[in-house]
Formats: sequence, structure tokens, C-alpha cells
Amino acid sequence: MAAYLDTLTARFPGAFTTSEFRGDRRVIVAADKAPAVLLGLLRCLKEECGFDFLCDVAGVDYLNYPGAADRYGVVYALTNTTTGGRVFVKAFANDPDPVLPSAVPLWQGADWLEREVYDMYGVRFDGHPDLRRILMPSEFTAYPLRKDYPLRGLGERHNFPTITRAES
Amino acid sequence: MAITGLLPDFLVTKLDYLANLTRKHSLWPMPFATACCGIELMATASSRYDIARFGSEAMRFSPRQCDLMIVAGRVVMKMVPVMQRIWLQMPEPKWCISMGACASSGGVFDAYATVQGIDRFIPVDVYVPGCPPRPEQLIRAVLDIQEKIQRTGTIDAREFAARSSYEGPTSLAREIGPEEAIVAPGDFTTATRLRSLKMTNDPPMTRQ
Ligand code: SF4
Repeated sequence: MAAYLDTLTARFPGAFTTSEFRGDRRVIVAADKAPAVLLGLLRCLKEECGFDFLCDVAGVDYLNYPGAADRYGVVYALTNTTTGGRVFVKAFANDPDPVLPSAVPLWQGADWLEREVYDMYGVRFDGHPDLRRILMPSEFTAYPLRKDYPLRGLGERHNFPTITRAES
Repeated sequence: MAITGLLPDFLVTKLDYLANLTRKHSLWPMPFATACCGIELMATASSRYDIARFGSEAMRFSPRQCDLMIVAGRVVMKMVPVMQRIWLQMPEPKWCISMGACASSGGVFDAYATVQGIDRFIPVDVYVPGCPPRPEQLIRAVLDIQEKIQRTGTIDAREFAARSSYEGPTSLAREIGPEEAIVAPGDFTTATRLRSLKMTNDPPMTRQ
């Protein structure tokens, strides 16, 4: 087992599970643990285990997914720039108020990435300095990548005035 | 003997004809290129296809200087107010080409943010099919606009006043149910504001 997993297990016993997929290690934090331990776990990975670079933050909606226990997954892809090693931290959140601690205090680069996850899935990030929509117009009320949002939307795309030739 | 002796030194024509003749041979396109069709638009302007042969080579990136808007590419809901504002900023008389499947109908992007045809929001004169259309097709569209100007144009642009109704696909009014309309303050003049549609008494419909 990798050394960083020993460190994590010693620091956060019982807070996470791990799995492996095609050589990449995943650290999975369930929804009931995530608000309390996620930030500390990321900080431990960054400051003690050498995973100093945050590649990406992505969201997943596990609605109706076979075997899923929690609904929203947020995946942090971390890289160790010294060894090139990678680890994926997957934290979960649930309705009605999906909220996770923000990683911006650790990585400034998480700012826009977390705004995108918030925009598309409605997962709030506690402690984010500027949590606004980043892609959709700010008046947009839905979270379009949620599985229960229809692919063609609810008519927002055509909710604009028409200019006729005579009046333009 | 001077040639002036053979020909009359005056010309009798209609002012409309003269205006159309000059307008159609100096269309200034506004390249509203939002996606991959824009690459084909650039090819049309460059030396191999050379839209200058038809007098339309003066592309300007300021709508104030243009009279032919070429919408090349998919338009998303955040872009609609921008597109409408640019259209309104162009001086009369002006025409619009909807270039490509996306601008004309949404193309393959039948998703929540993509407008299913720009003719729902601005008037369109010529549609160009294709994904992307060949430069020859775009040149054909410019020639069609020229013919349209020659046939219907008037010096004071009277022909546009008759086009006072919506010219887009008829499904627009039926697409969104009253219960789903977004009611938000503002209109298209304030950036990306949404507004509620005026609802008719049509029976509840199924969204396409
Ligand atoms: S019609 Fe095809 S080439 Fe043109 S913008 Fe759409 S996808 Fe791109």
C-alpha cells in the first residue's frame, strides 16, 4: 500500500474508503463524513503527502445509479509534481442542501473549478470566496447537469424576445 | 468625332434601381462567427474562394459599418442578447444570412442552452444549409441576397416595413408552457436577462 494511504489512515481512521481503477487510487469520502473531514484530508494530502497540484474538480450526479449510496459526487484530481503520482479524492453530498468545504484555501485554482461544479450541479462550497454561476446566465435557476433536468431544458433557451424586421 | 455625339449624355432610370445596383455590389458583411462555420466563412473571404469577386470583401468587425450580418455557428442562450444588440446596431438597410445547420435550426445541438435557429429572435433573409456549408454555398447565398436586393429593394427601405410579424418556426409559441415560463426582471437590452413570454390561450402542449 502506498505510503500516503498509511498517513491518511493514521490521521483519519474510518473516514474514507479506497479503491483502485486502472492503476489510479481513489479515496472515497461518504456524505456523512465529508463536511467534517474533506478539507483536512485534502490538506494532509497536499502538505504531508506531496500531492501539491490540483488538476481538476469535477461533479457527478449518481441519481438512480446502481449501488450508489449518495447523490452528488465531487472528484478532486490531485497530482504529485515530484513523483508524478496521482490520487482521486471523491467526496459525496446529498439533497436537500448539498454542501462541501471549499478547497480554495488550499489551491487558488479551485476557484473557477468549484464555481463550475456549483453551476452545473448545485453543490455549494462552504468558504468559497465568490460562489457565482460561471457558465450559465446568472438568472438561470436550474442546475443543468443534474440527471433529473431534461436534456432540452425547460424552455429557458427560447425565453427571449423576438425582433421583427419592421422594428429593427 | 466624339462619342458623346452618338449617345445621350443623360440616363433615365428609377432611383430604386440605382440604389439597389449600388447596394448589392457593395455588401459589407459583419462576420458573426461563433463556431466552426466561421472557419468556412474565413475561407470564403480568402484568396481561393475570394468573395471580393462579388463585392462583399469588406468585412468589418464593427456592426456600425456593416449591412450584411452572417451568423456562422451555433448560438447559445447567453449569446442571443448579444446577437440582437449587434443586429440592432447595424445601420439600415441590412440583411442577414443564417449560415450552417446550427444557426438555422440548432443542428445537432438540441440541448438546454442552444438556440434552435436564430430566426426565432432576429429576421433572416437567406439560410445556408450544410455542416459546415462549402464556401461556394455561402457565395451562392450572397448572390441570392444580391438578387433579393435587386428585386425587392427600395431606396428608402420601404420593403422592410411590411415584415412586421414573426418569421421563425411556428412551434416557438407552443414550446413552453405557462407554468414553466421563467419570470425574471429585465429584457434583452440588459445583457442576459430572461423574460416571460406572452402566453396565449392555447391548450397545454407537449414540448418537442
Ligand atoms: S453547422 Fe456544423 S460546422 Fe457549422 S457551426 Fe454547426 S457544427 Fe459547426
